Amino acid sequence: MEFSMGNIQFYWDKESTNDFYQKLADSNVEHVYLGESVCSKRRELRLGDWIEIGSELSKKDKSVVLSSLALLEAKSELATLKKVCLNGELSVEANDFGAVEILSQAKIPFVAGAALNIYNQYDLKILLDRGMQRWVAPVELSRDWLLNVSNGCEELGIKDKFETEVYGYGYLPLAYSARCFTARSENRPKDQCGLCCIKYPEGRKVDSQEGAELFRMNGIQTMSGTIQNLINDLPSMTGLVDIVRMSPHSLEVFDWLDKFQSALVNHSRISLEGFCNGYWHKIEGMKTV
Amino acid sequence: MELLSPAGSLPALKAAVDEGADAIYLGLKNDTNARHFAGLNFTDKTMTQGVNYAHDKNRRVHVAVNTFAHPDRSQAWFDAVKKTHDIGADVLIASNIAVLEYAATHYPELELHLSVQAAATNVAAINFFNQFGVQRVVLPRVLSYQQVANLAQDTDIELEVFAFGSLCIMAEGRCYLSSYMTGESPNTVGACSPAKFVRWQETDQGLESRLNDVLIDRFGEGENAGYPTLCKGRFNVEGKISHVLEEPTSLNTLSLLPQLNNIGISALKIEGRQRSPAYTRQVTQTWRRAIDAMKKNPAEFQVQQEWDRCLSNLSEGSQTTLGAYERTWQ
Repeated sequence: MEFSMGNIQFYWDKESTNDFYQKLADSNVEHVYLGESVCSKRRELRLGDWIEIGSELSKKDKSVVLSSLALLEAKSELATLKKVCLNGELSVEANDFGAVEILSQAKIPFVAGAALNIYNQYDLKILLDRGMQRWVAPVELSRDWLLNVSNGCEELGIKDKFETEVYGYGYLPLAYSARCFTARSENRPKDQCGLCCIKYPEGRKVDSQEGAELFRMNGIQTMSGTIQNLINDLPSMTGLVDIVRMSPHSLEVFDWLDKFQSALVNHSRISLEGFCNGYWHKIEGMKTV
Repeated sequence: MELLSPAGSLPALKAAVDEGADAIYLGLKNDTNARHFAGLNFTDKTMTQGVNYAHDKNRRVHVAVNTFAHPDRSQAWFDAVKKTHDIGADVLIASNIAVLEYAATHYPELELHLSVQAAATNVAAINFFNQFGVQRVVLPRVLSYQQVANLAQDTDIELEVFAFGSLCIMAEGRCYLSSYMTGESPNTVGACSPAKFVRWQETDQGLESRLNDVLIDRFGEGENAGYPTLCKGRFNVEGKISHVLEEPTSLNTLSLLPQLNNIGISALKIEGRQRSPAYTRQVTQTWRRAIDAMKKNPAEFQVQQEWDRCLSNLSEGSQTTLGAYERTWQ
């Protein structure tokens, strides 16, 4: 089992982003995802910057993938998506079927991201035929569901033809909207958002009126209110999961990367207070087992 | 421009046909469709009766098989496609690529529409789904009018838009808030914020609505207490309590009718398979009148007060909005 560092889903300034990737270059993570998947207005780093960081990381023996935007509405966003898909250097994580279309037409192999609705072996067969090399499972799927998909893939004779990746650690991307919730929370219209999400590097908390941590607003994205942490579930991933994704919210993710990598060897268990892992156990995502 | 009305039952279907819907959409009584609620939807028998009733009056029936096939029982989704074909429905509405491919290879003569649950918001995505022979795309409610107009220009495929009904603010089919809170989502069980998790409670602080024990909203006296769809609750952001994600309002595009007609939208969809036959009857009647008035004289079209009044009464929180359509920006 290997580990990946997901792309930064929050909006960080250039300096913080560069610091993050310098640290990452010296870490033990095998796979890295880079780039903007949430909002096309975020331009602290441009495509060229991401490719440059990616090229540097490739030299450090990281396998690098460029993530693409999940919700594309404007023509300008589609034009950017084409540039991302056809960048010519890094492979791409498709987070919309528009990206799958562009990549498969250009015969470029791709990673099928968690924002694509892929729920069964037949979906995977269709995407395999179009160049999929790796599947990042939708975040709401349980171990049982993955096991059923895996059995189905075996029947179709495609089980070993792609890698499977799951979100192991981080705030979960749960929904995408036309509305920018962060701008709304500051009473700003979306077209005058002032890129205010940059003030919330770990998103903005949404609690119930009784104080339960429900969600995190991240621009047009709604994320889980608590961090999903599957460290104690690593043993149950054997044979099902090839890559475990760490999704960054701060530099703390590197400590967790170390803990996950140690847990894989030591089979140690830790207390999960304040985290969630329900999805993996086929219950409410926000719960903890 | 076709009027497409929702039917959660045979009486609703008949009401829609009687009031002039050009087509009616429905689902089977199982989790293969995104309105899998108790007491709703069609058995083989009622679907056959419904199709016959509609066909007798030259109307069309669309069947939604628009959830995502489970890996251990995908056959249920393929069977739903077969049933749609065998009973003689006119259109299959699907979102799952496995279901689309199955329909395209087994029943090539069955007309395919891409469900809103597939969240195709751009030309490249539409082109991807086009390979399955999709004839029409139902657009998610996240697009602005201008974005819909751009798409209409950029693709030859038929476009269907939501005209009226409950408003989903997320890109449909790409929202897991419901399973995060309850374990069940539209994609996996065909329901958002399922009724079995809802609890109402009178307290000293007001009437409380809960979903799986999470407080969604608290209503003062005289406040309109709506169903606790979780994205429409009042939550706390750094001490400020508000409808953080969305107010409980309904989409109403009556005022956009001439423009939607101008850009060549093929069909207007009314949301609400979960609503009563009376709802279907009133909404269909109002929209039929509006569309007919618009077609007769597009330049002079004006929304009649009685149409607006009727639709407001049928709306969530008695409020309506143009939703994302009125955005002038990205």
